[in-house]
Amino acid sequence: MLDLLGSFVGELRDAGIPVSTTEHLDAARALVAIDLMERAVVKAALSTTLVKDETHFAAFELAFEIFFASVTAQAAADQLDGPEHEPGEPSSQRGSEGRGKGGGGGASGEVTQEELAAMLFRALREGDASMLAEGARIAVSRFAGIEPGRPVGGTYYLYRTLRNLDLDALRALLQSAAAGEGALPGSLSQRLALDDASGRIDQLRRAIEDEIRRRLVEDRGASALARSVRRPLPEDLDVMHATRDELTALHRALVPLSRKLAMRLARKRRRGHRGALDLRRTVRQSMSTGGVPINPVFKPPRPAKPEIFVIADVSGSVASFARFTLLLVHAISAQFRKVRSFVFVDALDEATRFFEGAADPADAVARINTEADVVWIDGHSDYGRALTQFHERYANDVTRRTSILLLGDARNNYHASQAWVLDDLRRRARAVYWLNPEPQSYWNSGDSIVAAYAPHCDAVVECRTLRQLERFVGTLA
Amino acid sequence: MTSLRDEVEDPLGLDYARAPRFSSPDEVGAALAANRYLADAAIASVVYLADRLIKPVLIEGPAGTGKTQLGKTVAEALGARLIRLQCYEGIDESKALYEWNYRKQLLRIQAGQHGESGLDWHELEGDIFSDEFLLTRPLLEAIRATDPVVLLIDEVDRVEVETEALLLEVLSEYQVSIPELGTLTATQLPLVFLTSNNTRELSEALKRRCLYLHLNYPDVERERAIVLSRVPGVSSALATRIAEVVRSLRQLDLRKAPSVSETLDWARTLVVLGRSELGDQDVKDTLHVLLKFQSDIDKASKELLGNRA
Repeated sequence: MLDLLGSFVGELRDAGIPVSTTEHLDAARALVAIDLMERAVVKAALSTTLVKDETHFAAFELAFEIFFASVTAQAAADQLDGPEHEPGEPSSQRGSEGRGKGGGGGASGEVTQEELAAMLFRALREGDASMLAEGARIAVSRFAGIEPGRPVGGTYYLYRTLRNLDLDALRALLQSAAAGEGALPGSLSQRLALDDASGRIDQLRRAIEDEIRRRLVEDRGASALARSVRRPLPEDLDVMHATRDELTALHRALVPLSRKLAMRLARKRRRGHRGALDLRRTVRQSMSTGGVPINPVFKPPRPAKPEIFVIADVSGSVASFARFTLLLVHAISAQFRKVRSFVFVDALDEATRFFEGAADPADAVARINTEADVVWIDGHSDYGRALTQFHERYANDVTRRTSILLLGDARNNYHASQAWVLDDLRRRARAVYWLNPEPQSYWNSGDSIVAAYAPHCDAVVECRTLRQLERFVGTLA
Repeated sequence: MTSLRDEVEDPLGLDYARAPRFSSPDEVGAALAANRYLADAAIASVVYLADRLIKPVLIEGPAGTGKTQLGKTVAEALGARLIRLQCYEGIDESKALYEWNYRKQLLRIQAGQHGESGLDWHELEGDIFSDEFLLTRPLLEAIRATDPVVLLIDEVDRVEVETEALLLEVLSEYQVSIPELGTLTATQLPLVFLTSNNTRELSEALKRRCLYLHLNYPDVERERAIVLSRVPGVSSALATRIAEVVRSLRQLDLRKAPSVSETLDWARTLVVLGRSELGDQDVKDTLHVLLKFQSDIDKASKELLGNRA
């Protein structure tokens, strides 16, 4: 058990979760104190001692499923098969079953497709966990076509299995069963039934994922599988290459992040320096020392807030990065005197109007995508033209209080760079920063002309992840 | 972990020991349920471990999921006194730990001057920095209590990072050092709960010393059970319906998702209105109990009730 815990902790550390030695010790103590037969309790004990941040739970859960499902599944299989079986046998047997399906297709197993569907429906409807697991097992052996020894994470097997189970039909069936007779379309009961059915379908998907994972662990061992399914924590995701699910996760991470950032900045500002003497409170304070003002009290300081101009490339390649930065900057706009945003592809448009009066910055960003006037000829980024336009129209608004943020990969499609604009802006502004969502090693390769702009910026910062973005924005205010 | 105390014989190798108050997570769950707090396996296990490993519990999660209530209920279940420290920005050791009673000390000095003289300085110094002139604040009170206590440090994320350090000695060693008096160690080791609304990142040092519990919104079955146990007048069918509606609401992208306490308020509202079933119109009329932003209410009624709302 101690070895298992050790490699589990190692896996968590590899996944980016900081686990200190004290916490490792605590986890070991916790395991001594509890009943190891109860999986939920073991999981709670490990998570409470090892994971101290809610955003790390997803990674923990994945690692836990891999490391600890294998043990219990193996134990259960041993009990069922009897002790005389070789440990390797179940996996090879199931593997061949999978291969058989992959080659010929069709009639493996003793349950028909209809019977399987009916079984899954019943299991989901009644919330019968063991029947669900059994159904998932059958579905996986039949459809997934798992090939032993391949170093994969199982996403493809999941896809194959789900494609063969008609989930939409199953959901509809569950929904009508939950809604009961006479539910009007568009009514509350209909909607509740739909959410209920979707929740149950998610259970099925999870059961199938579990089953596939269990087989992969049997095939290749926990550590190897953990390596191939490991995913970066939300704050370390590469924004430019995130999948749609990952973008949703990022989006969710952004809200608490901006709240924390705003709080930290407000605090920093309040605590930074002393303001003027607060005479009234000083006198009041001196009462307790017989009228002698021993502790002077100062007013809270009110330093000038900076102005931020964001100029963002919103062309396809870097759009998601621009979106996140705009969201973050506007979410903490109270920390700045003014935030103005400009977006461009090969023409520039001011986007500040979309944010004014929008309750939710996300709506504003959505409107930028559809309404802003950013395309001139071909819809390929032209930094030179955008900068010249900015200079023509808004250069006089740039003052010593203004910090300019340029967002983009500086891939200029071989247009003229017009770097003189930046030089002039830098002389007018407090600072000019360039945030580049590409890894530093790609800069200046191909049509990227970071080098042409870099000498005119106060800093060019690599900003691939939310963490880097947060750190940078934190230094601004 | 270092401690000034002697090693105690214990299978867990802890630096200090105390007779466990619970024998298993199930017992914790049952004890909490008896006080009308329905804990899932994770909550019960964490409380059990907190008692067994003698570690504080840091509870995080969205507002209104029962973070503070958990601390209170554990105190009730144990029959222990609850000592609560409400944190706020600018709290310092004179509010959290202890303070010398200046006025009383001053009086003592003046009394010495006017009364029979001959009291020498050392005697006086020893006298005015004694227990009698010490004002205990919640943390010290929890350490010095002789009866069983549960210490609840509420909204710990509101204090500054620097002030967090004040808590560390109490949380890891269960002791308070007072320069004039020396170190006061706990006579009984209190169960400690810290709650945080996650408005800022707590320091690693604090997190390391605590067990971590993230309280999320309960699933439908648990929420239904919570409604049934907390709102006596509610019918079983209505409770199911309430839990389902709330789950659907939480899946929408709202500015403020309904919390458990708001669910309970809603259930009470419906009971007062004499509903035993939940029709579309009822939901529409009472949605403002659950949702606190007009934009959320609009969005929810559009999503849940369709065009006819």
